[in-house]
Amino acid sequence: MDYLLTEEQVMIRDLARKIAVEKIAPVAAEYDEKEEFPWPIIKILAEADLCGVYIEEKYGGMGGGAMELCLVTEELSRACGGIAISFAATALGTYPIILFGNDAQKQKYLPDIASGKRLAAFGLTEAGAGSDAGAIATTARKEGDHYILNGTKQWITNGGEAEVYTVVAMTDRAKGARGASTFIVEKGTPGFDFGKKEKKLGIRASATRELVFNECKVPKENLLGREGMGFIVAMHTFDKSRPGVAAQAVGIAQGALDHAVKYSRERKQFGKPISGFQGIQFMLADMATELEAARALTYAVARMVDSGAKDVAKESAMAKLFASDTAMKVTTDAVQVLGGYGYMRDYPVEKYMRDAKITQIYEGTNQIQRSIIAMELIKERLR
Amino acid sequence: MGQGKDRSIEIIVDKCTGCTLCVRSCPFGAIRMENKKAVIDYTKCTLCGACFPVCKFNAIKFEKGEEAKAPLGDYKGVWVFGEQKKGVVQSVAFELLGEGRKLADQLGTELACVLIGEGMQQKAEELFWRGADKVYLVEDPRLKNYQDEPYTNIIVELIKEFKPEVVLYGATSIGRSLASRIAVKVYTGLTADCTKLDIDKEKHLLLQTRPAFGGNIMATILCTNYRPQMATVRHKVMKELTLDKSRKGQVIKKAYPDSVYASRTKLVDIVEEISETVNLAEANIIVSGGRGLGKAEGFKMIEELAKVLGGAVGASRSAVDSEWIPYSHQVGQTGKTVCPKVYFACGISGQIQHLAGMSSSDVIVAINKDPNAPIFSVATYGIVGDVYEVVPALTQKFREILKK
Amino acid sequence: MNIIVCIKQVPDTQDIRINPETNTLMREGVQSIVNPFDMYAIEEALRIKEKLGGKVTIISMGPEQATEALREAVSMGADEIVLMTDRAFAGADTWVTSYTLAKGIEKLGKYDLIICGKQAIDGDTAQVGPGIAAQLDIPQVTYVKKTEEIKEGSARFERMTEEGYEIIETPLPCLITVVKEINIPRLPSLKGKIRAKQAPVVKLTAKDINAEADKLGLKGSPTVVDKIFAPQKRTGGQILQGETQEVVNKLVDAVKDIIIASGKT
Repeated sequence: MDYLLTEEQVMIRDLARKIAVEKIAPVAAEYDEKEEFPWPIIKILAEADLCGVYIEEKYGGMGGGAMELCLVTEELSRACGGIAISFAATALGTYPIILFGNDAQKQKYLPDIASGKRLAAFGLTEAGAGSDAGAIATTARKEGDHYILNGTKQWITNGGEAEVYTVVAMTDRAKGARGASTFIVEKGTPGFDFGKKEKKLGIRASATRELVFNECKVPKENLLGREGMGFIVAMHTFDKSRPGVAAQAVGIAQGALDHAVKYSRERKQFGKPISGFQGIQFMLADMATELEAARALTYAVARMVDSGAKDVAKESAMAKLFASDTAMKVTTDAVQVLGGYGYMRDYPVEKYMRDAKITQIYEGTNQIQRSIIAMELIKERLR
Repeated sequence: MGQGKDRSIEIIVDKCTGCTLCVRSCPFGAIRMENKKAVIDYTKCTLCGACFPVCKFNAIKFEKGEEAKAPLGDYKGVWVFGEQKKGVVQSVAFELLGEGRKLADQLGTELACVLIGEGMQQKAEELFWRGADKVYLVEDPRLKNYQDEPYTNIIVELIKEFKPEVVLYGATSIGRSLASRIAVKVYTGLTADCTKLDIDKEKHLLLQTRPAFGGNIMATILCTNYRPQMATVRHKVMKELTLDKSRKGQVIKKAYPDSVYASRTKLVDIVEEISETVNLAEANIIVSGGRGLGKAEGFKMIEELAKVLGGAVGASRSAVDSEWIPYSHQVGQTGKTVCPKVYFACGISGQIQHLAGMSSSDVIVAINKDPNAPIFSVATYGIVGDVYEVVPALTQKFREILKK
Repeated sequence: MNIIVCIKQVPDTQDIRINPETNTLMREGVQSIVNPFDMYAIEEALRIKEKLGGKVTIISMGPEQATEALREAVSMGADEIVLMTDRAFAGADTWVTSYTLAKGIEKLGKYDLIICGKQAIDGDTAQVGPGIAAQLDIPQVTYVKKTEEIKEGSARFERMTEEGYEIIETPLPCLITVVKEINIPRLPSLKGKIRAKQAPVVKLTAKDINAEADKLGLKGSPTVVDKIFAPQKRTGGQILQGETQEVVNKLVDAVKDIIIASGKT
């Protein structure tokens, strides 16, 4: 389908695709197997100027937005969802600075992120605070020119690999959700450590670790926005980043579909390629149609975000929900099309299925997305 | 010299029915359809005439151009470049003598070998046994090792003086570099990497056939109006003659002024790093591994089989790209073109670019777990199975038979 | 250092398939790419420029579409691009191609180094590189796998041979042809791609290059394609059936004579 991309967007997509095909696809299985962080690929993305596609030009980026971020994430995910998320998680960690950072903070952090010199990560989730972000236990108490952070963040993508972390902590627990604030914390700050690397079902090239803060002293200039804005920062960040998760899901689904179509034409049973059987044809047709619908919704929402629309929470949640559910279904069907081969690790589709699962879970589970959508629907009625 | 009447091609628009047969026949993508008529893009057209016989409506006018009437009759004799390294005449030269003998007999002329080096005189005899009637010998300490410029200068001088009608070189790293320079200096045609040579007796022309587009098509090339007709010839395609020690011939020694032997480039060192298991060009047996091995360690098993068979180790591009084995082992279009007696493809799916490099092997054995792998469509013998089971079993069996 | 890289736009032979019914090439959907070996040439030129400074000029002979290939070189970092295009150049064989490119290169002025890929994947001749060197009467080093040292006026290269490599010193200017082993070509950058879109193309036609008209195009070419045909298709033989040991025994029986014989020669 023609999405009427601009000339520059076509360039971005083509370049990301080239990197995905030539540099990522050949090593995807190996990274998955070894669970290694893909630094060589990050370097390639940096050299190609792709790390800053969504960052303003005056801070060293290419001046694009959510749409550009989606295009790159989708193309990379088509080859490997795990490697793609290392790129996309940086955007998640960077959005708080883009959205709420002052000029000095932007000058300090964005150019290195745009050039790919440093990766970023977003630290919200905790052991006791997943979907219920109000239950955050990490605290930040003010002492003179500093905030002192204490607590542990869990399952942080890019944890340990990133240099720049945006972390949500409670500055005033009494105020509940309104007592949260967001800080920029640099790797290497005394009192800031990492837990062990988690072993995951999918996206195994990406690094997931705990962030451990023990009397960690952060300069007060690193507060993003004002005290108490922590949840607003988080919610706005997710509104902007969820199309990125949707794009990751679309890419994963597309990669799986590519393999399924190719296999169905090569695999012969009863004297003809299985693509000649209606049972397979109908599966492929449904997979492709649902995938295209997911992509259309994702792009539409990304464009809405880039248009400056104020309230995108519902649409953003819809894109993430629909695209990730689609990815799960398409990748499961792709395994089915390949039959026994699909189940084997020697063939790449089972990995797509494992990678797809996380897109239904992170940046808000799909149950939470449904709640957001429903809440917005009801709110609209009340107006 | 000129082409006489020019070769030309055009579409007779009135006769064209727009059937697109010609479009599909063009190897160069030079014909397209416009308003349901064929249009030739002359910037792409090479006037090869492939479309001419395809048209069922005589809508293509093709003039082959007039054949040579130039005074080319002075040029006589078939020459072979006697490539030597460290004073040893290379087997590709013997193959060329075998083929050259046939061509010379068909043309009713003599076969000569050009031998350049230091202290090569006693090697001339073997060249006679291998089919040569004459050996042009140029010896000098400065010529001990191949260098582009002096070797080019000498052969250009020899061609000017003795006027051969055909000169053949091995399509080796030396032959390809040397022949290209000579062709420019004497202004004559050169056809690369021929796999078949023949004589058109009527026109007294050398028919030079070679693969192009990665072996997807074959082209027969002529050099009608220029002499000598020169070609580089792929190693291991032509057959050596059986050694005939009763054959004798004439050695013609030549020496030239210093300027002819001068070289601007300086050969500082020759490094031989390649063991027998790598010299793919010379190997009669090659055992190759591909992506199906799954890991670098798989090549240990490949090496073992190669060792038992006395063969070389090859690899597909994806194995090289995965850094399991160095590039010097790569077989295929972007690697080496090989032509062994037996080629074992282990865990190689058979991408077209790999097939281009090995499909002229005499016998191809393919071992792959995917029964649909394209390699099976060219394999003489196929085994569908796990390389890690089959290859060690093969090594074991051959070890018993060959008693190694 | 002024470096000139000669490149060719070729059909991606990996995409080419033969129509089994008509025995002709199926070109539909076949992409045009920069000849892969020329990518190593571009990369090597950029690396030398990054070390010594100077300028990288890319030259190609071909139809208007070859501009795309030239622009790709700019997106990697090349400075200037030159397209030699003229109906009079069409149908050139390797002799005439090397003559025409040499004339174009002379027109560009002073140069220190010319780099070509070892061969183009459509023709696989490996003749144009050395041909250009001979036309310009400069030294050549073919099949270069490593630039050991390069400075004003001289260079030392490793030249790949069948058995290993040779170390060759050469004065500059000279021409080298490069093999895959020499480097890993960089990918284009986004900023490079944007620059490439706007990069001006210098165009040279037959009348710009001071060439003898009867040495151009098909007319000047000593060789001519007599006919083109599909190769005899190699057909698959037999798939050996049975348990591992059984198929291994069958295979060894089938090939042992050839293997024993080839061991003797």
